[in-house]
Amino acid sequence: MGALDLSFLNWELVTNFLIKGFVFSIQLTLIAMVGGIIFGTVLAMMRLSGRKWLALPAATYVNTMRSIPLVMVILWFFLLIPFLVGKPIGAELSAIITFTVFEAAYYSEIMRAGIQSVSRGQVNAGYALGLTYGQSMRLIVLPQAFRNMLPVLFTQTIILFQDTSLVYAIGAYDMLKGFEVAGKNFNRPVEAYLLAAVVYFIICFSLSTVVKRLQAKIAIIR
Amino acid sequence: MNMHLEWGFFLRDIGDGKTSYLDWMISAWGWTLAVAACAWVVALVMGSIIGTLRTLPSEGIARWLVKLGNAWVELFRNIPLLVQIFLWYHVIPSLYKPLQEVPSFALVVVGLGLFTSARVAEQVRAGIQSLPRGQRYAGMALGLTTTQTYRFVLLPMAFRIVIPPLTSEAMNIIKNSSVAFAVSISELTLFAMQAQEETSRGIEVYLAVTTLYIATALVVNRVMARIEKRIRIPGTVGAEK
Repeated sequence: MGALDLSFLNWELVTNFLIKGFVFSIQLTLIAMVGGIIFGTVLAMMRLSGRKWLALPAATYVNTMRSIPLVMVILWFFLLIPFLVGKPIGAELSAIITFTVFEAAYYSEIMRAGIQSVSRGQVNAGYALGLTYGQSMRLIVLPQAFRNMLPVLFTQTIILFQDTSLVYAIGAYDMLKGFEVAGKNFNRPVEAYLLAAVVYFIICFSLSTVVKRLQAKIAIIR
Repeated sequence: MNMHLEWGFFLRDIGDGKTSYLDWMISAWGWTLAVAACAWVVALVMGSIIGTLRTLPSEGIARWLVKLGNAWVELFRNIPLLVQIFLWYHVIPSLYKPLQEVPSFALVVVGLGLFTSARVAEQVRAGIQSLPRGQRYAGMALGLTTTQTYRFVLLPMAFRIVIPPLTSEAMNIIKNSSVAFAVSISELTLFAMQAQEETSRGIEVYLAVTTLYIATALVVNRVMARIEKRIRIPGTVGAEK
Protein backbone atom coordinates (compact mmCIF):
# COMPACT_ATOMS: atom_id res chain seq x y z
CA MET A 1 0.00 0.00 0.00
CA GLY A 2 1.69 3.20 1.05
CA ALA A 3 -0.07 5.79 -1.06
CA LEU A 4 -3.71 6.57 -0.58
CA ASP A 5 -6.16 5.68 -3.30
CA LEU A 6 -9.50 7.40 -3.09
CA SER A 7 -10.74 6.32 -6.51
CA PHE A 8 -13.27 3.95 -4.94
CA LEU A 9 -15.26 6.94 -3.76
CA ASN A 10 -18.43 7.45 -5.74
CA TRP A 11 -22.06 8.30 -5.21
CA GLU A 12 -23.14 4.69 -5.15
CA LEU A 13 -20.83 3.98 -2.24
CA VAL A 14 -22.36 6.87 -0.33
CA THR A 15 -25.93 5.74 -0.93
CA ASN A 16 -25.23 2.04 -0.41
CA PHE A 17 -23.10 2.13 2.72
CA LEU A 18 -22.75 5.53 4.29
CA ILE A 19 -26.21 7.13 4.37
CA LYS A 20 -27.73 4.34 6.44
CA GLY A 21 -25.04 4.57 9.10
CA PHE A 22 -25.02 8.37 9.11
CA VAL A 23 -28.80 8.50 9.57
CA PHE A 24 -28.62 6.04 12.45
CA SER A 25 -25.84 7.99 14.21
CA ILE A 26 -27.85 11.22 13.95
CA GLN A 27 -31.03 9.47 15.04
CA LEU A 28 -29.30 7.90 18.02
CA THR A 29 -27.77 11.25 19.01
CA LEU A 30 -31.05 13.17 18.79
CA ILE A 31 -33.19 10.59 20.60
CA ALA A 32 -30.61 10.14 23.36
CA MET A 33 -30.25 13.92 23.68
CA VAL A 34 -33.97 14.61 24.06
CA GLY A 35 -34.61 11.55 26.23
CA GLY A 36 -31.45 12.16 28.26
CA ILE A 37 -32.31 15.80 28.94
CA ILE A 38 -35.86 14.93 30.04
CA PHE A 39 -34.79 12.01 32.21
CA GLY A 40 -31.75 13.99 33.40
CA THR A 41 -33.89 16.94 34.50
CA VAL A 42 -36.02 14.58 36.58
CA LEU A 43 -32.87 13.15 38.17
CA ALA A 44 -31.48 16.63 38.88
CA MET A 45 -34.74 17.73 40.48
CA MET A 46 -34.76 14.59 42.62
CA ARG A 47 -31.24 15.36 43.81
CA LEU A 48 -32.05 18.98 44.60
CA SER A 49 -35.40 18.21 46.23
CA GLY A 50 -33.89 18.02 49.72
CA ARG A 51 -35.79 14.78 50.36
CA LYS A 52 -33.43 11.93 51.08
CA TRP A 53 -35.61 9.15 49.68
CA LEU A 54 -35.60 10.97 46.32
CA ALA A 55 -32.06 12.31 46.36
CA LEU A 56 -30.30 9.09 47.34
CA PRO A 57 -31.55 6.80 44.54
CA ALA A 58 -30.93 9.54 41.97
CA ALA A 59 -27.40 10.16 43.25
CA THR A 60 -26.64 6.44 43.28
CA TYR A 61 -27.90 6.05 39.74
CA VAL A 62 -25.90 9.01 38.43
CA ASN A 63 -22.68 8.02 40.20
CA THR A 64 -22.91 4.39 39.11
CA MET A 65 -23.47 5.29 35.47
CA ARG A 66 -20.60 7.75 35.58
CA SER A 67 -18.12 5.28 37.00
CA ILE A 68 -18.62 2.49 34.43
CA PRO A 69 -17.07 2.65 30.94
CA LEU A 70 -19.72 3.33 28.30
CA VAL A 71 -18.70 0.23 26.37
CA MET A 72 -19.50 -1.91 29.43
CA VAL A 73 -22.87 -0.17 29.81
CA ILE A 74 -23.63 -0.89 26.16
CA LEU A 75 -22.72 -4.56 26.70
CA TRP A 76 -24.78 -4.77 29.91
CA PHE A 77 -27.95 -3.48 28.26
CA PHE A 78 -27.43 -5.66 25.21
CA LEU A 79 -27.27 -8.64 27.56
CA LEU A 80 -30.01 -7.63 30.00
CA ILE A 81 -32.78 -6.17 27.82
CA PRO A 82 -33.54 -9.47 26.03
CA PHE A 83 -33.58 -11.12 29.49
CA LEU A 84 -36.14 -8.63 30.74
CA VAL A 85 -38.43 -8.42 27.71
CA GLY A 86 -38.10 -12.11 26.93
CA LYS A 87 -37.10 -11.78 23.29
CA PRO A 88 -34.02 -10.53 21.45
CA ILE A 89 -34.12 -6.89 20.35
CA GLY A 90 -31.83 -5.53 17.66
CA ALA A 91 -28.49 -3.90 18.38
CA GLU A 92 -29.87 -0.57 17.11
CA LEU A 93 -32.83 -0.44 19.49
CA SER A 94 -30.64 -1.63 22.34
CA ALA A 95 -28.19 1.20 21.59
CA ILE A 96 -30.97 3.79 21.62
CA ILE A 97 -32.22 2.65 25.02
CA THR A 98 -28.68 2.45 26.43
CA PHE A 99 -27.62 5.91 25.29
CA THR A 100 -30.83 7.52 26.56
CA VAL A 101 -30.48 6.22 30.11
CA PHE A 102 -26.67 6.56 30.15
CA GLU A 103 -26.61 10.15 28.91
CA ALA A 104 -29.34 11.08 31.41
CA ALA A 105 -26.74 10.69 34.16
CA TYR A 106 -24.44 13.21 32.44
CA TYR A 107 -27.19 15.65 31.48
CA SER A 108 -28.53 15.58 35.04
CA GLU A 109 -25.16 16.74 36.38
CA ILE A 110 -25.22 19.64 33.92
CA MET A 111 -28.76 20.58 34.95
CA ARG A 112 -27.86 20.39 38.62
CA ALA A 113 -24.77 22.56 38.20
CA GLY A 114 -26.81 25.01 36.11
CA ILE A 115 -29.50 25.39 38.74
CA GLN A 116 -26.92 25.71 41.50
CA SER A 117 -24.98 28.33 39.53
CA VAL A 118 -27.76 30.84 40.12
CA SER A 119 -26.90 32.75 43.26
CA ARG A 120 -28.96 32.45 46.41
CA GLY A 121 -29.56 36.20 46.40
CA GLN A 122 -31.63 35.84 43.25
CA VAL A 123 -34.02 33.43 44.96
CA ASN A 124 -34.15 35.64 48.05
CA ALA A 125 -34.85 38.67 45.89
CA GLY A 126 -37.77 36.77 44.40
CA TYR A 127 -39.13 35.99 47.84
CA ALA A 128 -38.66 39.61 48.89
CA LEU A 129 -40.84 40.63 45.96
CA GLY A 130 -43.50 38.29 47.26
CA LEU A 131 -43.09 35.53 44.63
CA THR A 132 -43.88 31.96 45.59
CA TYR A 133 -41.26 29.17 45.31
CA GLY A 134 -42.74 28.03 42.00
CA GLN A 135 -42.79 31.56 40.59
CA SER A 136 -39.24 32.40 41.58
CA MET A 137 -38.07 29.05 40.12
CA ARG A 138 -39.90 29.63 36.85
CA LEU A 139 -39.40 33.38 36.46
CA ILE A 140 -35.97 33.91 38.01
CA VAL A 141 -33.88 30.78 38.54
CA LEU A 142 -34.64 28.56 35.56
CA PRO A 143 -34.24 31.18 32.80
CA GLN A 144 -30.78 32.05 34.13
CA ALA A 145 -29.89 28.44 34.80
CA PHE A 146 -30.89 27.43 31.30
CA ARG A 147 -28.92 30.26 29.81
CA ASN A 148 -25.87 29.27 31.83
CA MET A 149 -25.98 25.65 30.85
CA LEU A 150 -27.06 25.84 27.22
CA PRO A 151 -23.48 25.76 25.84
CA VAL A 152 -22.57 22.86 28.14
CA LEU A 153 -25.67 20.93 27.05
CA PHE A 154 -24.61 21.33 23.43
CA THR A 155 -21.02 20.37 24.20
CA GLN A 156 -22.28 17.23 25.92
CA THR A 157 -24.33 16.48 22.82
CA ILE A 158 -21.20 16.70 20.65
CA ILE A 159 -19.50 14.25 23.02
CA LEU A 160 -22.60 12.06 22.78
CA PHE A 161 -22.36 12.13 18.99
CA GLN A 162 -18.73 11.01 19.18
CA ASP A 163 -19.60 8.30 21.69
CA THR A 164 -22.23 6.80 19.40
CA SER A 165 -19.29 5.25 17.52
CA LEU A 166 -18.93 2.85 20.48
CA VAL A 167 -22.00 0.88 19.36
CA TYR A 168 -19.27 -0.89 17.39
CA ALA A 169 -19.08 -3.18 20.45
CA ILE A 170 -22.49 -4.71 19.69
CA GLY A 171 -22.25 -4.44 15.92
CA ALA A 172 -24.94 -1.81 15.38
CA TYR A 173 -24.76 -0.17 11.94
CA ASP A 174 -23.72 3.42 12.65
CA MET A 175 -21.64 5.91 10.68
CA LEU A 176 -18.30 4.32 11.58
CA LYS A 177 -19.63 0.87 10.71
CA GLY A 178 -20.80 2.23 7.35
CA PHE A 179 -17.28 3.38 6.54
CA GLU A 180 -15.82 0.12 7.77
CA VAL A 181 -18.14 -2.03 5.64
CA ALA A 182 -17.46 0.17 2.61
CA GLY A 183 -13.72 -0.15 3.21
CA LYS A 184 -13.95 -3.94 3.43
CA ASN A 185 -16.08 -4.21 0.29
CA PHE A 186 -13.71 -2.16 -1.81
CA ASN A 187 -10.62 -3.54 -0.10
CA ARG A 188 -9.64 -0.02 0.92
CA PRO A 189 -9.90 -0.12 4.75
CA VAL A 190 -7.16 2.46 5.34
CA GLU A 191 -8.81 5.11 3.19
CA ALA A 192 -12.22 4.31 4.68
CA TYR A 193 -11.04 4.82 8.27
CA LEU A 194 -9.27 8.01 7.30
CA LEU A 195 -12.40 9.34 5.61
CA ALA A 196 -14.45 8.42 8.68
CA ALA A 197 -12.08 10.48 10.82
CA VAL A 198 -12.32 13.44 8.42
CA VAL A 199 -16.12 13.34 8.38
CA TYR A 200 -16.37 13.07 12.19
CA PHE A 201 -13.90 15.93 12.53
CA ILE A 202 -15.77 18.21 10.14
CA ILE A 203 -19.09 17.58 11.89
CA CYS A 204 -17.78 17.94 15.44
CA PHE A 205 -15.51 20.88 14.70
CA SER A 206 -18.26 22.89 13.00
CA LEU A 207 -20.69 22.13 15.81
CA SER A 208 -18.20 23.12 18.49
CA THR A 209 -17.45 26.37 16.62
CA VAL A 210 -21.17 27.13 16.66
CA VAL A 211 -21.31 26.38 20.39
CA LYS A 212 -18.39 28.75 21.02
CA ARG A 213 -20.19 31.55 19.18
CA LEU A 214 -23.36 30.81 21.10
CA GLN A 215 -21.45 30.89 24.37
CA ALA A 216 -20.05 34.34 23.63
CA LYS A 217 -23.49 35.58 22.60
CA ILE A 218 -25.58 34.42 25.51
CA ALA A 219 -23.12 34.73 28.38
CA ILE A 220 -24.67 36.69 31.22
CA ILE A 221 -22.64 39.82 31.84
CA ARG A 222 -21.93 40.22 35.52
CA MET B 1 -35.27 -16.72 32.60
CA ASN B 2 -32.70 -17.93 35.05
CA MET B 3 -31.28 -15.22 37.30
CA HIS B 4 -29.50 -17.67 39.57
CA LEU B 5 -25.88 -16.57 39.79
CA GLU B 6 -23.22 -19.20 39.41
CA TRP B 7 -19.60 -18.27 39.99
CA GLY B 8 -17.96 -21.69 39.73
CA PHE B 9 -16.86 -21.22 36.13
CA PHE B 10 -14.24 -18.68 37.25
CA LEU B 11 -12.12 -21.58 38.49
CA ARG B 12 -12.67 -23.56 35.33
CA ASP B 13 -9.93 -23.97 32.82
CA ILE B 14 -10.17 -21.83 29.65
CA GLY B 15 -9.00 -24.76 27.56
CA ASP B 16 -5.22 -24.60 27.66
CA GLY B 17 -4.87 -26.79 30.77
CA LYS B 18 -3.27 -24.23 33.04
CA THR B 19 -5.19 -20.91 32.98
CA SER B 20 -8.53 -20.42 34.75
CA TYR B 21 -11.04 -17.70 33.87
CA LEU B 22 -10.01 -15.96 37.08
CA ASP B 23 -6.36 -15.91 35.97
CA TRP B 24 -7.44 -14.56 32.61
CA MET B 25 -9.51 -11.81 34.20
CA ILE B 26 -6.66 -10.75 36.46
CA SER B 27 -4.24 -10.57 33.56
CA ALA B 28 -6.88 -8.57 31.63
CA TRP B 29 -7.10 -6.20 34.57
CA GLY B 30 -3.35 -5.83 34.39
CA TRP B 31 -3.61 -4.88 30.71
CA THR B 32 -6.29 -2.31 31.53
CA LEU B 33 -4.05 -0.78 34.19
CA ALA B 34 -1.01 -0.86 31.91
CA VAL B 35 -2.81 0.82 29.00
CA ALA B 36 -4.32 3.46 31.28
CA ALA B 37 -1.12 4.17 33.21
CA CYS B 38 1.14 4.45 30.14
CA ALA B 39 -1.40 6.56 28.28
CA TRP B 40 -1.72 8.79 31.35
CA VAL B 41 2.01 9.50 31.23
CA VAL B 42 1.75 10.45 27.53
CA ALA B 43 -1.31 12.59 28.27
CA LEU B 44 0.29 14.41 31.20
CA VAL B 45 3.53 15.19 29.36
CA MET B 46 1.93 16.30 26.08
CA GLY B 47 -1.04 17.96 27.78
CA SER B 48 1.19 20.03 30.06
CA ILE B 49 3.38 21.19 27.17
CA ILE B 50 0.48 22.03 24.87
CA GLY B 51 -1.57 23.63 27.66
CA THR B 52 1.38 25.83 28.65
CA LEU B 53 2.11 26.84 25.05
CA ARG B 54 -1.46 28.04 24.66
CA THR B 55 -1.03 30.61 27.44
CA LEU B 56 2.14 32.22 26.06
CA PRO B 57 1.95 35.98 25.47
CA SER B 58 0.99 36.11 21.82
CA GLU B 59 3.82 37.99 20.17
CA GLY B 60 6.54 36.96 17.73
CA ILE B 61 7.17 33.26 17.33
CA ALA B 62 5.05 32.48 20.39
CA ARG B 63 1.99 33.41 18.34
CA TRP B 64 2.58 30.35 16.21
CA LEU B 65 3.06 28.17 19.25
CA VAL B 66 -0.32 29.32 20.59
CA LYS B 67 -1.91 28.48 17.23
CA LEU B 68 -0.21 25.08 17.19
CA GLY B 69 -1.53 24.37 20.68
CA ASN B 70 -5.06 25.35 19.70
CA ALA B 71 -4.94 23.20 16.56
CA TRP B 72 -3.67 20.24 18.60
CA VAL B 73 -6.59 20.48 21.01
CA GLU B 74 -9.19 20.88 18.25
CA LEU B 75 -7.77 17.95 16.30
CA PHE B 76 -7.76 15.46 19.15
CA ARG B 77 -11.02 16.64 20.68
CA ASN B 78 -13.17 16.47 17.58
CA ILE B 79 -12.57 12.89 16.46
CA PRO B 80 -14.17 10.04 18.44
CA LEU B 81 -11.67 8.06 20.52
CA LEU B 82 -12.53 4.78 18.79
CA VAL B 83 -11.85 6.35 15.38
CA GLN B 84 -8.54 7.75 16.66
CA ILE B 85 -7.57 4.27 17.89
CA PHE B 86 -8.38 2.88 14.42
CA LEU B 87 -6.25 5.63 12.87
CA TRP B 88 -3.27 4.63 15.02
CA TYR B 89 -3.83 0.94 14.48
CA HIS B 90 -4.90 0.64 10.84
CA VAL B 91 -4.12 3.88 9.03
CA ILE B 92 -0.86 5.35 10.30
CA PRO B 93 1.21 2.11 10.18
CA SER B 94 0.16 1.53 6.58
CA LEU B 95 1.24 5.05 5.61
CA TYR B 96 4.48 4.91 7.57
CA LYS B 97 5.84 1.36 7.30
CA PRO B 98 8.34 1.29 10.22
CA LEU B 99 5.38 1.57 12.59
CA GLN B 100 4.20 -1.87 11.49
CA GLU B 101 6.86 -3.36 13.74
CA VAL B 102 5.47 -1.53 16.76
CA PRO B 103 3.24 -3.69 19.03
CA SER B 104 -0.42 -2.71 19.07
CA PHE B 105 -0.17 -2.01 22.79
CA ALA B 106 2.14 0.95 22.08
CA LEU B 107 -0.14 2.27 19.33
CA VAL B 108 -3.15 2.18 21.64
CA VAL B 109 -1.16 3.91 24.39
CA VAL B 110 -0.19 6.70 22.01
CA GLY B 111 -3.76 6.98 20.67
CA LEU B 112 -5.41 7.10 24.08
CA GLY B 113 -2.62 9.30 25.45
CA LEU B 114 -2.87 11.95 22.75
CA PHE B 115 -6.68 11.92 22.90
CA THR B 116 -6.47 12.60 26.64
CA SER B 117 -3.63 15.12 26.20
CA ALA B 118 -6.08 17.51 24.53
CA ARG B 119 -8.27 17.39 27.63
CA VAL B 120 -5.32 17.76 29.98
CA ALA B 121 -4.11 20.71 27.89
CA GLU B 122 -7.48 22.41 28.35
CA GLN B 123 -7.26 21.98 32.14
CA VAL B 124 -3.65 23.19 32.32
CA ARG B 125 -4.47 26.24 30.20
CA ALA B 126 -7.48 27.04 32.39
CA GLY B 127 -5.32 26.58 35.50
CA ILE B 128 -2.65 29.00 34.28
CA GLN B 129 -5.22 31.54 33.14
CA SER B 130 -7.01 31.37 36.48
CA LEU B 131 -3.95 32.90 38.17
CA PRO B 132 -4.17 36.63 38.83
CA ARG B 133 -2.42 38.61 36.09
CA GLY B 134 -0.29 40.20 38.80
CA GLN B 135 1.65 36.95 39.20
CA ARG B 136 2.97 37.16 35.66
CA TYR B 137 3.71 40.88 36.04
CA ALA B 138 5.49 40.27 39.34
CA GLY B 139 7.75 37.80 37.57
CA MET B 140 8.46 40.31 34.82
CA ALA B 141 9.07 43.10 37.36
CA LEU B 142 11.68 40.93 39.04
CA GLY B 143 13.47 40.68 35.73
CA LEU B 144 12.63 37.01 35.08
CA THR B 145 12.50 35.80 31.49
CA THR B 146 9.27 34.26 30.20
CA THR B 147 10.70 30.78 30.77
CA GLN B 148 11.72 31.65 34.31
CA THR B 149 8.33 33.22 35.04
CA TYR B 150 6.65 29.98 34.02
CA ARG B 151 9.17 27.76 35.79
CA PHE B 152 9.25 29.57 39.15
CA VAL B 153 5.98 31.52 39.37
CA LEU B 154 3.12 30.31 37.19
CA LEU B 155 3.50 26.55 36.79
CA PRO B 156 4.07 25.66 40.47
CA MET B 157 0.77 27.39 41.25
CA ALA B 158 -1.15 26.22 38.20
CA PHE B 159 -0.33 22.54 38.60
CA ARG B 160 -1.65 22.50 42.12
CA ILE B 161 -4.86 24.27 41.12
CA VAL B 162 -5.41 21.86 38.28
CA ILE B 163 -5.28 18.62 40.30
CA PRO B 164 -9.04 18.19 40.93
CA PRO B 165 -9.94 18.33 37.22
CA LEU B 166 -6.95 16.08 36.47
CA THR B 167 -8.34 13.56 38.95
CA SER B 168 -11.47 13.21 36.88
CA GLU B 169 -9.38 12.91 33.71
CA ALA B 170 -7.33 10.14 35.37
CA MET B 171 -10.58 8.32 36.16
CA ASN B 172 -11.78 8.91 32.60
CA ILE B 173 -8.65 7.40 31.11
CA ILE B 174 -9.34 4.12 32.92
CA LYS B 175 -12.86 4.07 31.54
CA ASN B 176 -11.65 5.07 28.09
CA SER B 177 -8.98 2.34 28.04
CA SER B 178 -11.92 -0.04 27.46
CA VAL B 179 -11.90 1.10 23.83
CA ALA B 180 -8.69 -0.92 23.35
CA PHE B 181 -10.91 -4.00 22.97
CA ALA B 182 -11.51 -2.88 19.38
CA VAL B 183 -7.90 -3.55 18.41
CA SER B 184 -7.65 -6.85 20.29
CA ILE B 185 -5.76 -5.72 23.37
CA SER B 186 -6.62 -8.39 25.92
CA GLU B 187 -7.97 -5.96 28.52
CA LEU B 188 -11.03 -6.19 30.76
CA THR B 189 -13.70 -5.30 28.20
CA LEU B 190 -12.39 -7.78 25.65
CA PHE B 191 -12.22 -10.38 28.42
CA ALA B 192 -15.84 -9.59 29.30
CA MET B 193 -16.97 -10.04 25.69
CA GLN B 194 -15.04 -13.26 25.11
CA ALA B 195 -15.72 -14.89 28.47
CA GLN B 196 -19.41 -14.04 28.12
CA GLU B 197 -19.53 -15.83 24.81
CA GLU B 198 -17.55 -18.87 25.95
CA THR B 199 -19.24 -19.45 29.32
CA SER B 200 -22.73 -18.02 28.68
CA ARG B 201 -22.49 -16.61 32.21
CA GLY B 202 -22.65 -13.03 30.99
CA ILE B 203 -24.15 -11.51 34.11
CA GLU B 204 -21.47 -12.92 36.40
CA VAL B 205 -18.68 -11.96 34.03
CA TYR B 206 -20.01 -8.41 33.57
CA LEU B 207 -20.58 -8.01 37.32
CA ALA B 208 -16.99 -9.01 38.06
CA VAL B 209 -15.54 -6.75 35.36
CA THR B 210 -17.73 -3.79 36.32
CA THR B 211 -16.68 -4.19 39.95
CA LEU B 212 -13.01 -4.14 38.94
CA TYR B 213 -13.53 -0.95 36.90
CA ILE B 214 -15.30 0.78 39.80
CA ALA B 215 -12.69 -0.39 42.31
CA THR B 216 -9.87 0.90 40.11
CA ALA B 217 -11.57 4.27 39.69
CA LEU B 218 -12.00 4.51 43.47
CA VAL B 219 -8.33 3.77 44.10
CA VAL B 220 -7.27 6.41 41.57
CA ASN B 221 -9.63 8.88 43.22
CA ARG B 222 -8.13 8.22 46.68
CA VAL B 223 -4.54 8.46 45.42
CA MET B 224 -5.22 11.75 43.67
CA ALA B 225 -6.99 13.09 46.78
CA ARG B 226 -3.86 12.22 48.78
CA ILE B 227 -1.63 14.06 46.32
CA GLU B 228 -3.99 17.02 46.30
CA LYS B 229 -3.91 17.25 50.07
CA ARG B 230 -0.12 17.07 50.28
CA ILE B 231 0.63 19.79 47.78
CA ARG B 232 -2.20 22.17 48.58
CA ILE B 233 -1.24 25.84 48.31
CA PRO B 234 -0.90 27.31 51.82
CA GLY B 235 -3.36 30.10 52.46
CA THR B 236 -6.08 28.89 50.09
CA VAL B 237 -9.56 27.82 51.21
CA GLY B 238 -8.79 24.10 51.23
CA ALA B 239 -5.43 24.26 53.00
CA GLU B 240 -4.93 23.15 56.57
CA LYS B 241 -4.12 25.76 59.16
